[in-house]
Amino acid sequence: MDTISKLLIITLSSALVSNVILSQFLGICPFLGVSKKIKTALGMGEAVIFVITLASIVTSIIYKYILEPFELTYLKTIVFILIIAALVQFVEMFLKRFVTSLYKSLGVYLPLITTNCAVLGVALTNVQKDYSMLSSVVNGFATALGFTIAIVILAGIREKTEYNEVPKAFKGMPIVLITAGLMAIAFYGFQGLL
Amino acid sequence: MNKAGTQFLNGFLKENPIFVLMLGMCPTLAVTTSAMNGLGMGLTTTVVLVMSNFLISIFRNMIPNKVRIPAFIVIIASLVTIVELLLKAYLPSLNDALGIYIPLIVVNCIILGRAESFASKNKVILSIFDGFGMGIGFAFALTCIGAVREILGAGEVFGFGIMPEGFIPISIFILAPGAFFVLAGLTALQNVFKIRGEKKGIVNTKIQSGCNSDCMSCGDSSCHSKFYGTEDDDKNIKSEIVENDLLILDINDDTEVE
Repeated sequence: MDTISKLLIITLSSALVSNVILSQFLGICPFLGVSKKIKTALGMGEAVIFVITLASIVTSIIYKYILEPFELTYLKTIVFILIIAALVQFVEMFLKRFVTSLYKSLGVYLPLITTNCAVLGVALTNVQKDYSMLSSVVNGFATALGFTIAIVILAGIREKTEYNEVPKAFKGMPIVLITAGLMAIAFYGFQGLL
Repeated sequence: MNKAGTQFLNGFLKENPIFVLMLGMCPTLAVTTSAMNGLGMGLTTTVVLVMSNFLISIFRNMIPNKVRIPAFIVIIASLVTIVELLLKAYLPSLNDALGIYIPLIVVNCIILGRAESFASKNKVILSIFDGFGMGIGFAFALTCIGAVREILGAGEVFGFGIMPEGFIPISIFILAPGAFFVLAGLTALQNVFKIRGEKKGIVNTKIQSGCNSDCMSCGDSSCHSKFYGTEDDDKNIKSEIVENDLLILDINDDTEVE
């Protein structure tokens, strides 16, 4: 029971309270770049959930069973970035060969994820907070879920406001950033949740 | 030497990574809660950038073309680890303030971007000055954004109170949402200059309007299309799709809806 409540707290705090985009600012590029349409935003979100969850599993296994026993923890940044890059390549090849339907829906987004700092950020947070393997996976999934929630909401707002009249200087990116700022204020309200 | 000076100024002013190129948005938004943090992050990145440009320029003829992106990443990640350990040992307060964003310098677009587009093609001295100029430009921009947020959000700069006593700090500016608002104002200001320039007939293609095209193209041109593109033809087609992915996806969506 204790572990379940602990995992629930991790989920809530990663997905809502300290949302990966709106309060930690990781993964801003895809957040601003792939949020024009709800459908593409959802696709990106699914791919991120898939990759981050997988990356959390793999990085925490390698950290726990290879880096820690051999006292190589100072190499974590180098090892993690290489694992993530290799993992994304591998997942892409695997999906292409065996799960074609999933590849068709996620394929385009996968290469965009390697340099997404959210993936490395989650792996490092897991280590920093000394999470167990189960907690790491839950944290990874919840963080990615938070990413998806934020990007889909932003896409929804952008679809509605696309043809609104805004001052000339604020057309394009500035108005999107202001929207994101207002969303961040809304998400700030979750602060009292925990 | 004159050439090196020009390269330095180019990075600092003409192609300032934040104000002009709009690269490296994640640390820009996250660590600029105060001018001091912005300066610390900027200088840390400068050190990594100068060193990585230096090393990559030295090894530019030794690294095989096909594996150059992974090789660059390993070099950058090693440098970041060194800097992180040094900060932990000698500047623990800065290390605590910047936290997870120090290891995340690895995925900063600016560093891989400069490695790919400049250091891997130019001589050592020139590359060092390019890295130095870009880094100082980055540090300058971060300090400015940090100072604006600190003045509005706390009424201080570098910890010194400068606002009159009646000033009530708008604390939202040092919280997360404030970062988006300050950046929005900054981008809008840039758009104003762009519109004015266009009226006068000056078309500066280097100035982009926002993170949208640049961040993605940074990811594509410096990392993905080459990372994935050199493998085989099939991947080449794929990378083209990725490069135009926003456009194509949007078009696809439209047709499906219709």
